[in-house]
Amino acid sequence: MQRKLNQKAWFLVLPVFLLVAFSAVLPLMTVVNYSVQDTFGNNEFYWVGTEWFVEILNSERFHSALGRQLLFSGIILAIEIPLGILIALSMPKKGWGASICLVLMALPLLIPWNVVGTIWQIFAREDIGLLGHTLAAMGIDYNYTHSPTAAWITIIIMDVWHWTSLVVLLCYAGLCSIPDAFYQAAKIDGASRWAVFRYIQFPKMNRVLLIAVLLRFMDSFMIYTEPFVLTGGGPGNSTTFLSIDLVKMAIGQFDLGPAAAFSLVYFLIVLLLSWVFYTVMTARDGEAN
Amino acid sequence: MDFAWMGWTPFTAVFFATIAGLILSMIVWEKLSPGGAPRFGVLRFETTRGDRLFVSLLGSAFIHLAWLFFVGDALWYALGLSVLYALAVFRWV
Repeated sequence: MQRKLNQKAWFLVLPVFLLVAFSAVLPLMTVVNYSVQDTFGNNEFYWVGTEWFVEILNSERFHSALGRQLLFSGIILAIEIPLGILIALSMPKKGWGASICLVLMALPLLIPWNVVGTIWQIFAREDIGLLGHTLAAMGIDYNYTHSPTAAWITIIIMDVWHWTSLVVLLCYAGLCSIPDAFYQAAKIDGASRWAVFRYIQFPKMNRVLLIAVLLRFMDSFMIYTEPFVLTGGGPGNSTTFLSIDLVKMAIGQFDLGPAAAFSLVYFLIVLLLSWVFYTVMTARDGEAN
Repeated sequence: MDFAWMGWTPFTAVFFATIAGLILSMIVWEKLSPGGAPRFGVLRFETTRGDRLFVSLLGSAFIHLAWLFFVGDALWYALGLSVLYALAVFRWV
């Protein structure tokens, strides 16, 4: 019997299409329109062509912010992904210990981003913060408002504290989905702990790890609130990442045209790097199929 | 409904109409000549026709940015390069 094709389901996804159109497509179109014009408000626009793109692409300020952003995301991924896997592997899979670990891991994720920035701003202060005061008492010269190195270390530790839990929870979910039969077979074969990880746990975590890498990359590449609250992009411009620089340009200086061109270049870089991560991490699956 | 705040220009309207046209033409192409199933190309990763359009558009955006950075204006050459690049992607990737 031939099934009749029913197209009515399209109406069910229509609300989502409309929502995405208003929340994403129209703003994106507006940014593209602004990127080729100059405006001083009141809906008055002056055509400038590709001038803002040339200005942004040749701007030392943009190059520096992009360099800092790539370095930050690289460090974050290099720390959070292995650390997340390690913690997930060490967590108990059953019993009350598992529940306690899961609650503890979920806690940092429940704290709003600006609150995380405020917590660490106070925590790292030399005069009243536990961390800053302790380090100063130990004779370590640590002041994140003066030293770029201290500012970077504080932001990295803050991000690791805030977001490693996400990697842990995703990896833990992947690990819990592995049937016991795999471990029993490995035990019979006399597989080492490393072999179990390399040939059973890691391949089974592949999918969730892809999500973890993509989420952490995109989030860290677009980070704004926490470093803005903690350091405000300083000292100097040492922690001015792309989004902080973009906000300074768009809202601080009200340069909407250059900021729109900046946003589009930023968006394209995020899109390219996310696509590269996705393609590289799923390439092996495709070949296997 | 007033869309003046969006700052439309004829050039950006043509740009978005072209992208919409490309997406629609992909649908028509698949209807007329089905064959958008995943395949392995020279870069050794799986792509559908839609993926190849995405790779073409993303690559074209970077070709234009690179042209602006290294050469400057005269983006018609960058457009020509992008068309050649897209044809290569659809043929070999």
